[in-house]
Amino acid sequence: MAEADGALDALVAIAVGIVALAFPFVASGYHIYQGAQVLILAVALLGLNLLTGFNGQISLGHGAFFAIGGYGAAILMVKFGLPYWAAIPLASVVCFIAGFLFGFPALRFGGLYLALATFALAVATPQILSYKGFDALTGGSQGLTIMKAQPPFGLKLTADQWLYLVCLACAVALYWAARNLVRGRIGRALVAIRDHPIAAETMGINAALYKTTCFGVSALYAGVAGGLSAIAVGFVSPESFGLALSLAFLVGIVVGGLASLGGALFGALFIEFVPNIADQLTVGFGEGAKALPGAIYGLLLILVMAALPTGAAGAARAAARAFASSRQAKVEKGGGADVAANYEGKGESP
Amino acid sequence: MITRRTFLQSSAAAAAFAASAGSARADDAPGITDTEIKIGQTMPYSGPASAYGVIGRAEAAYFKMINEQGGINGRKINFISLDDGYSPPKTVEQTRRLVEDEKVAFIFNSLGTPPNLAIRQYLNDNKVPQLFVATGAATFSDPAHFPWTIGWQPNYQTEAKIFGKHILKTKPDAKIAVLYQNDGFGKDYLMGLKDGLGADHAGMVIKEASYETSEPTVDSQIVTLQGSGADVLLIGATPKFAAQAIRKTFDVGWTPVRYMTDVSQSIATVMKPAGLDKSKGVITGVYGKDPTDARWKDDPGFKEYAAFIGKYMTPHDLIDSNAVYGFGAGATMMQVLKQCGNDLSRANVMKQAASLKDLELPMLLPGIKINTSPDNFSPIRQESLATFNGESWEQFGELYQS
Amino acid sequence: MGEFLHQLASGLALGGVYAIMALALVMIYQATHLINFAQGEMAMFSTYFAWKLMDLGEPYWFAFFATVVASFIGGVVIERLIVRPFANAPILASVIVFIGLSLIFNSLAGWLYGFSVTSFDSPFSGRPWFGAGYMSAHESGAVLVTFCVLALVYAFFRFTPLGLAMRAAAQNPVSSRLVGIRVGWMLAIGWGLAAAIGSVAGMMAAPIVYLDPNMMGGVLLYAFAGAVLGGIDNPFGAVFGGIAVGVLGNLIGAYVVGDEVKLSVALAIIIAVLVWRPSGLFGRRLVARV
Repeated sequence: MAEADGALDALVAIAVGIVALAFPFVASGYHIYQGAQVLILAVALLGLNLLTGFNGQISLGHGAFFAIGGYGAAILMVKFGLPYWAAIPLASVVCFIAGFLFGFPALRFGGLYLALATFALAVATPQILSYKGFDALTGGSQGLTIMKAQPPFGLKLTADQWLYLVCLACAVALYWAARNLVRGRIGRALVAIRDHPIAAETMGINAALYKTTCFGVSALYAGVAGGLSAIAVGFVSPESFGLALSLAFLVGIVVGGLASLGGALFGALFIEFVPNIADQLTVGFGEGAKALPGAIYGLLLILVMAALPTGAAGAARAAARAFASSRQAKVEKGGGADVAANYEGKGESP
Repeated sequence: MITRRTFLQSSAAAAAFAASAGSARADDAPGITDTEIKIGQTMPYSGPASAYGVIGRAEAAYFKMINEQGGINGRKINFISLDDGYSPPKTVEQTRRLVEDEKVAFIFNSLGTPPNLAIRQYLNDNKVPQLFVATGAATFSDPAHFPWTIGWQPNYQTEAKIFGKHILKTKPDAKIAVLYQNDGFGKDYLMGLKDGLGADHAGMVIKEASYETSEPTVDSQIVTLQGSGADVLLIGATPKFAAQAIRKTFDVGWTPVRYMTDVSQSIATVMKPAGLDKSKGVITGVYGKDPTDARWKDDPGFKEYAAFIGKYMTPHDLIDSNAVYGFGAGATMMQVLKQCGNDLSRANVMKQAASLKDLELPMLLPGIKINTSPDNFSPIRQESLATFNGESWEQFGELYQS
Repeated sequence: MGEFLHQLASGLALGGVYAIMALALVMIYQATHLINFAQGEMAMFSTYFAWKLMDLGEPYWFAFFATVVASFIGGVVIERLIVRPFANAPILASVIVFIGLSLIFNSLAGWLYGFSVTSFDSPFSGRPWFGAGYMSAHESGAVLVTFCVLALVYAFFRFTPLGLAMRAAAQNPVSSRLVGIRVGWMLAIGWGLAAAIGSVAGMMAAPIVYLDPNMMGGVLLYAFAGAVLGGIDNPFGAVFGGIAVGVLGNLIGAYVVGDEVKLSVALAIIIAVLVWRPSGLFGRRLVARV
């Protein structure tokens, strides 16, 4: 069973890899840009999933760290003239520190209160970003305009293709790092802290250190994503980082699959393309229905949690397993106990 | 090396050229065919600025009306308006989709300062006209640096300057307090006011208070401003907050001379919620006819607008100033397209947009004319001051031109 | 001095609204130990319901009570249909479901009623009650309503058998079942009451902040801060917290850090309280036995 899983994993990874690499050379500029967005979102979702999926710390405010990464990179590039390949890592380090520091008070909160505090953070973020005192650095409400990243060494690539490849490289590297983290001792410790915190402490795991570091790492991922997004869009302003962004991240990890790294890609595809699809649907429902994408998000959140708690990745895995062993996949629906059972000890390998 | 691709491209170009002798060549005029003009737009239909979505709806209805009347120069308008939720990253994405996927001819009346800032460089780099942006930020009337971007409504700074000059004229020893939204829109007002007062009178502004749109109210700011002892108040606020400001100033018994941005002059969505009697005496700059003003009952321009609403929108929209706005912007677009004739290349569209001469629109106040030229990218530059008398906006004084 | 009093007064008025919302949050927390992130949007939706009734010609008080009743029913339905399946699931699941609910309500309101700002009538109009223009009639009325609701809630929990049963069900579901209390329905009623209280908050807020689908976002955040400050399992604490946040927010905004960062002040209050006194000023201190 494990070997079949492993082989299947490798196959999927290779297929995805080929598609991802070939993509920028067959698609048009706009679609490449969308592809880059998907990769950027996937990186942010990876980070959030580490924190919320694997370590059980609910963050509704990851848009704030995304913003720190975005603005940080933008400020370093526009006000200090750094090139993007230096600005983004530097901004991410700042994010790590910010996340690590936020992790300290977060230790005191229970799960719900952390959700509350991070929710407040997400709501307050645009206000903090447009604070007059920071205007000199942030450009205030005019925001900062960033030049597009050009391919180096005169490579025959368009700016879009180069951006995509940069995002792809970052996504692959960060995915690989997360995977190793999760599969090793640290990952098991994180999951243990999530599921049985007291037992974990008695086993000698320094929960405080792991939790704050996890927060920092998760913020770092969001920061990288934010920095990449800044150079992709070419513009940052306080309006770019509202509550909707943080909630979209949450939707992404839930739909993709909590505690599933592979699900990050699916979640990213979902939050990138569903609004567009919902837009098309409104053509049938009339102009007023342009507000519906939000309702569709909400509905899906609830449905996924009820019927597919492991998200798309889990569903895909279950389907593959069922197919491989030609056994009927039992569909368990309804009842609190069954839903709860789906959550037990889910430190799924990505 | 002649690849299959270049062969196909050149034959296509040749065929198009042969087939459309006299009209714009196919590669020169993306989004244009013999029967269709494709226009793109982003609007906030969701999210915090969604109240402005009515503008997009009005324009869609307007183009539908034009199509039903036969189109323009034999072509129908295919208007694609996408939601960007007032989020600049989304605006960039949707605009790129419009330009690269849908291959629209140009972008028309996209809304918001940050959204338009986000796409301005891209559109200028790709020589796609960014026409009649739906924002009054002064930065969009800059033909020297951004020749493909042109504004439409009166500039916020201009309006505030007019207020400043009026204050100097009527109350030279005034003490001025300013409430402004903490974004480009509000800050433009603050800056324009100080400009209008001039450097030596800048000290007249004794207190400024700003607010974020995520706040529930601006009541606290009004109290702070009242505490400064000012006797003139400039309200650089969007409708919801302007209504709160008007109501609160009355409720706390503060009676400064209140100047308000033209963005919030809708009687239905601002003066009425604030309280008609509480709004008496508010001064604003007007350039359009207020649909609830009985004065225009028999005016042909208003009748045209009312007929449009009656047929293509809902009765509720009649009193929505956003619908008036969309109606006006749509009419301006029509004029530009008419002037283009059969040459609908992007370059010519831009050229015609910058060559509007004394254009009068049905819902513009009498005497206000739209003018553009290669170094004037502010189509509407005239406003009249008006004061609210409890029922409607009463114009006074002459037409100010900036 | 005058300005200070004005700031105080307007903080009090808004604080009353925050307090009512915080009460609704406390209601759900006491019953289920969950924080309802959708409370704001539910309140907004209820307010639109009232507005629609008045639009159709109904008088204010009819619309008011009809909305309260309808919201109660709505709350019960939501609990039974949507919240119940996740009763034993981890907290994250509930949080996600609540976020989903809030997205649905927000979009539905936008779809059904449009996004333009509308006015909402107040039952308390006319001259200010206390003269001197510190608080408008409606604002005084809203504060009065706050205390009425608080009194009703307190009386309900303290003096009625149903209230007692609800408290028992929240504190000790197992024993309650043994005594014959239908714990499931207690939870549903708790949600219904919270929804009803929330609708009152919305209808008190709307004349001040004006009605549009996004009106409750900021209010909810301040209500959270108030509930956390006062103690999320104590109704009195919640009311105190809500009013305190309203007043503190105004004063700190006006005199200390500037009005445009008031939301950050709320954020700071939340974090500070959770770090130093997680149970809030009046909440019960929880000691977990390991």
